[in-house]
Amino acid sequence: MISSIIADMVENKDRAHHDMGGLPAGPVDRGEHEAAFWEKRVDAIMMLLSDKQRRLLRVDELRRGIESLGPDAYDKLGYYERWIASITGILVEKGVLTQKEIDARIVQLRSRREAKP
Amino acid sequence: MSEHPHDHGHPHAAIEQTEPQGHYQYLADAVRELLIEKGVFTADEMRRAIEAMDARTPAQGARVVARAWVDPAYKARLLADGTAAVEELGIDMGPTKLVVVENTPNVHNVIVCTLCSCYPRMLLGLPPAWYKSRNYRSRTVIEPRAVLTEFGTRLPDDVDVRVHDSTADMRYLVLPMRPEGTGHMSEDELATLVTRDTMIGVAQVPSPS
Repeated sequence: MISSIIADMVENKDRAHHDMGGLPAGPVDRGEHEAAFWEKRVDAIMMLLSDKQRRLLRVDELRRGIESLGPDAYDKLGYYERWIASITGILVEKGVLTQKEIDARIVQLRSRREAKP
Repeated sequence: MSEHPHDHGHPHAAIEQTEPQGHYQYLADAVRELLIEKGVFTADEMRRAIEAMDARTPAQGARVVARAWVDPAYKARLLADGTAAVEELGIDMGPTKLVVVENTPNVHNVIVCTLCSCYPRMLLGLPPAWYKSRNYRSRTVIEPRAVLTEFGTRLPDDVDVRVHDSTADMRYLVLPMRPEGTGHMSEDELATLVTRDTMIGVAQVPSPS
């Protein structure tokens, strides 16, 4: 029984989208760019939520969230866009934030920004 | 990138001060504000986290490498238990384990994270964009020599190339070879030779002469 389950796993050539080691790909673009301030903030949100004091989110959970974005979103979003999408999803799952309050705050932020002279 | 037509009858200078902001930046702002309002963390903790992030640079890793070059006993401890050895220098790996791999005349090591972007950020700061790219992640494990050549690193055929795939819990650091002609240099001087790329393993430390 167990051996057939393992055999199926080994047989299964389908791999998850993020699991890209060994696949053909192009030359490495070595361009350097420093993280934008908003990207550092996303990183800091993750650092704070996962620190010893809070332990609200673990790196494994962040990855699980990123890996379940779906291939299209995974490729289309920037690195920290994937992070904040994952972080938000997990915070909503855990009931730390609600989708409703997040949506409402985005509307507020947009109008605040557009109202700036 | 303009989000509205240009015939709206007011001067443009004011608008151009506001950079276009994408949906995910709004999302990030919303989440940050709400977490602060709910007391999950404070604005001050946020500021300090970013300061700490900016303070983590490859200079930390370089300090570790230079110490290992001048102190054989430290080097032995570093290779035996990376996490504990960097802690001696005041570097906290947090919840992750550090494994240090040594380059020798016969072995060259390079690190990658095929699944995401795991990186020894406590020692090197935030990873460069290329480390997180599909092309680096995909190819380094299957054709490392070709990838290294793109970084200008050509290794003799008789040198073994070892690729280390990092995980969320375990991070690697390459201990590069100390170059020739550095016998007279102090530990601090040696540290200035050690770059980020030499500790990822895509480059070697050139001789200073």
